[in-house]
Amino acid sequence: MLVTISFYLLAFVAIASAMMVVVSRNPVHSVMFLIVTFISAAGLFILMGAEFIALLLVMVYVGAVAVLFLFVVMMLDVDFVELKQGFLQYLPFGFVLALILLAEMIMVGAAYFSGESKKMVKFDSEKSNLERFGEVLYTEYAFFFEAAGLVLLVAMIGAIVLTLREREGVKKQDVSKQIARTPETAIEMVDLESGKGVGS
Amino acid sequence: MTIGLSHYLIVAAILFVIGVFGIFVNRKNVIIILMCIELILLAVNINFVAFSTHLGDMGGQIFALFVLTVAAAEAAVGLAILVVYFRNRGNIAVEDIDLMKG
Repeated sequence: MLVTISFYLLAFVAIASAMMVVVSRNPVHSVMFLIVTFISAAGLFILMGAEFIALLLVMVYVGAVAVLFLFVVMMLDVDFVELKQGFLQYLPFGFVLALILLAEMIMVGAAYFSGESKKMVKFDSEKSNLERFGEVLYTEYAFFFEAAGLVLLVAMIGAIVLTLREREGVKKQDVSKQIARTPETAIEMVDLESGKGVGS
Repeated sequence: MTIGLSHYLIVAAILFVIGVFGIFVNRKNVIIILMCIELILLAVNINFVAFSTHLGDMGGQIFALFVLTVAAAEAAVGLAILVVYFRNRGNIAVEDIDLMKG
């Protein structure tokens, strides 16, 4: 009973906030609703018994991706009201397309299930979700795991290289210049007669 | 009434359709389009995990992890491209992104 209630609550919140992501006027609100969607999806994952993926979703999406979106939305000085124009113009076409897509999915689902809902088979509960996850991730899928790490590395380097900007006329530290400094180049010995200043 | 596989699949299907709908409706705003792509990938992940639990196979959850990885990488590179484009052109209207006449 509790599972049923929480499923419908989480599913409703996820779908409603996903809709708000799409229709909201302000992109900052969109990002916030995206966070709500991901948190409720994480709740759905926990209901399914995939705790590790659920927590990973919260960490990766809410902790990293959503913050990245928020930074970019706030950093770019764009007139978002102007970008929202044409929303009503595209609305009918979008609705028709969405309805066709949904009808196709429902037809495929109905053909597959033919009425009754299949019951979820839970894993045997001796091992935790995380333990089972690790067992296959580091053995059977070890190569793919490392490939995923490589993908992240390439994405990180790509993002840094793309956004790095060399600006002219900015003072910064030049290490080799600092190390090349010797007493001969840095200090000048001057003989001064008394009564006369250094200047002039 | 117990919550079965089809319930999760229906939620995922609705999220997927909302994502596609969002791409078509917010055609001018690249940032919202990127968010809609994230929504679509989330729907795919829900499907993967639902079938993984249903079939008793961990492969689905592993694959969901990889989808998550690729989604994060895609968001990072996409937003970086967006920032560079904004620096060069001063706006991010999708209609103006046609320098290559594609």
